[in-house]
Amino acid sequence: MEGAVLEIENLSAGFDGKDVVKGVSLEIPANKVTAIMGPSGCGKTTFIRCINRMHELAANAHVTGTVLLDGEDVYRMNPILLRRRIGMVFQRPNPFPTMSIYDNVIAGYFLNGTHMSKSDRDRVVEETLRRVALWEEVKDSLYRRGTFLSGGQQQRLCIARALAMNPEILLLDEPTSALDPKATAAIEELIAQLKGTVTIVQVTHNIPQAARISDFTAFVHLGELVEFGQTNKLFTVPKDKRTEEYLSGKFG
Amino acid sequence: MREVSLQRRLRGDKAFKAGTLALSLVATVPLTLILVFIVIRGASSINWQFLTALPKPVGESGGGIANALVGTVLLILIGSLISIPLGVSAGIFLAERGKTRLGSVTRLAVETLMGIPSIVLGIVAYVWVVRPMRGFSALSGGIALAMIMLPVITLATEETLLLIPVSLREAALALGVSYPRTVLRVVLPAGLSGILTGVLLAVARGAGESAPLLFTAFGNPYLTGNILKPMASLPLTIFNYATSPYPEWHALAWGASFVLLVFVLALNLLTKLVSAKWKVQF
Amino acid sequence: MVRIRNDYGSTFRSLLVLVGLAVSVLLAAIFLSLFLFSRPALLNNGLRFITGTEWNPVTGKFQALTFVVGTLLTSFIALAIATVLSFALAILLGYYFRTGALASVMKTAVELLAGIPSVVYGFIGLFFLVPIVRAFQLVLGMPPYGVGMLTASILLAFMILPYSASIGREMISLVPEDLKEAALSLGATPSEVVRKVSLPYARSGILGGVLLALGRALGETMAVTMVVGNSYNLTLNVLSPGNTMASLIANEFSEATGEVYLSSLIEIALLLFLVSSAINILGKLIIKRTSAAAQL
Repeated sequence: MEGAVLEIENLSAGFDGKDVVKGVSLEIPANKVTAIMGPSGCGKTTFIRCINRMHELAANAHVTGTVLLDGEDVYRMNPILLRRRIGMVFQRPNPFPTMSIYDNVIAGYFLNGTHMSKSDRDRVVEETLRRVALWEEVKDSLYRRGTFLSGGQQQRLCIARALAMNPEILLLDEPTSALDPKATAAIEELIAQLKGTVTIVQVTHNIPQAARISDFTAFVHLGELVEFGQTNKLFTVPKDKRTEEYLSGKFG
Repeated sequence: MREVSLQRRLRGDKAFKAGTLALSLVATVPLTLILVFIVIRGASSINWQFLTALPKPVGESGGGIANALVGTVLLILIGSLISIPLGVSAGIFLAERGKTRLGSVTRLAVETLMGIPSIVLGIVAYVWVVRPMRGFSALSGGIALAMIMLPVITLATEETLLLIPVSLREAALALGVSYPRTVLRVVLPAGLSGILTGVLLAVARGAGESAPLLFTAFGNPYLTGNILKPMASLPLTIFNYATSPYPEWHALAWGASFVLLVFVLALNLLTKLVSAKWKVQF
Repeated sequence: MVRIRNDYGSTFRSLLVLVGLAVSVLLAAIFLSLFLFSRPALLNNGLRFITGTEWNPVTGKFQALTFVVGTLLTSFIALAIATVLSFALAILLGYYFRTGALASVMKTAVELLAGIPSVVYGFIGLFFLVPIVRAFQLVLGMPPYGVGMLTASILLAFMILPYSASIGREMISLVPEDLKEAALSLGATPSEVVRKVSLPYARSGILGGVLLALGRALGETMAVTMVVGNSYNLTLNVLSPGNTMASLIANEFSEATGEVYLSSLIEIALLLFLVSSAINILGKLIIKRTSAAAQL
């Protein structure tokens, strides 16, 4: 595919010898939103955790297959460096509770021991918070702990934390499942704005959300990639029967 | 922006982990050392005579720790007779009524009691028992030990009972069982292993105490069962013999340490067995 | 007609309340006894008790500064050593190796350390640690006492270590998984995660454990008595003999004659009681707060 930034070939992964992801091959296009959609427990989260090599940190985990980022084999790189090129946002907002909002944004640099001048730090914090549309809301309380923020604001802070590292890819693991509808809408709007500058892969089991925000959708069921294509096409004329059944709510 | 090289970070990572492991080993090595030392030096002193003879004056061979063994057993017995009923009841009280005002006050009292240095409790026993009796006695020593053992038993009992699900209690009450019976015949038995663990730990702690006995039980070179008179105990014997200038007495102290250590460690390991085997799972 | 049995429910409840009262009264009685019996000394010694260094039963002067300083010195040095070792154990067993054979063995080893009687520690200290310190002092050209405050501190450190180590381990294992994962996903190494995320999170809980260890150190008697040297001179030189409040009582109480003498020793016990209780309660409070916050 033209402009594919992530090439995944025959990826299988799981725990204790059992595969949760079975032979998935996929190409993720650059600077677009790709939704990984499917019923709960079908391996979606495990799949994206293989991209930034978080899956292998679990006990008794195994991975086979290839993942290429810009043509480089991800499993031959040092995982620490890899994770700086890929950002991750989790299901429940989890800003570091012992750090202020300011420090949370640049946490990636802090944790990596990178020294930054005050002006650099200020610049990154303001730019990133503006990028996630949080700057105006928190600019007067930057040095307070982030725990007083609402769920939606906390999640935007977590997105900022990931974006501050200027990743090529942003992995979102059901980022709105713990949020109320208003906050969900704000995050969806943000994702739409971000996609031109970063590649987004979003796991979701919320069908309408996938239809709303993604350019491409991959439907995964029981660990296998059932169908992949442009969202509007997949949703209106699905090629696989299983996709059609899922979209019409027959299961999941 | 100045980055730290990945090499340096990875090296620092390895060094940190290695340092943590090294320091942890330093922390646990003394245990092995103590055990090895005492086994080597003490095991050789153990024989039937050692366990059944009384201490002999300096110069004479063949001294033993019979008085100390009997003494420790009697002191623990007195301490247990007081602290077990009171401690378990107090634990039940805290588990049932812990959220009330009196419950919070009592819990504070028990936790404070737990933290009082044992020598201070010895002084209290002195003031309460030795002074009025005008003499040292096993009774006063037992009372001091009871005060040391009480909070251990109480807190263990409370903790165990709180872990028992409310549904068990409600099932009994729903069957028409009275409240006292529910607590005593249903809840308490379910928590028996935890309570027993608490008792064993308390006994282990009491058996090893010598500071409070210095001026309550005081020690006795003869074998006696009279609790109104001074009484010997293993830890006191160890203290007296170890700090004496006579090598024969040092040897006795090693033997006594071996016996005490075996007893205390056996109790500690027994508690692990008790909770593993007898613990009621919910 | 149904006979309604008296279920003794109210009797039972009253008995429980009685027991609770009894325990609370016990503590109050302990405090009151200590206070009442130290009154003669309080009146006699006044404030010089904690500012003066002359402790002379013969002339009737009872001033305890030497022992207070000795207690504080040995306790804080022991605390410093124990805290470093506790951190290592807490991180090793609460972060790196939470399960597995190594972990269980070490956990048990640390717990058993707490079960060893004080006299046995003292005995080992006397016959093993003291010669080492003595040799060390000879090499440095100092008087080879062997016994002294440093020796006592080292012994104390291992005695109080289990308290701060086990609480520290629990606090570090309470750190939420997703926080650690967030840090890893930003490209942090394992040690960076524990140093910059786990430890700050568990900070106050660990402090609580440290305070509890301090509380134990202040009141520890037998082991200290056997290796501290029992001197009456006030000195800050940790390599020389010293004395602590608890070891003073242990050495002199059974032979004390005279009301003021005895009463002064009881006054020291009262001081010990107040200080260690305060520190213990503070430590427990901090731990309760931290555990409660972590459950949210």
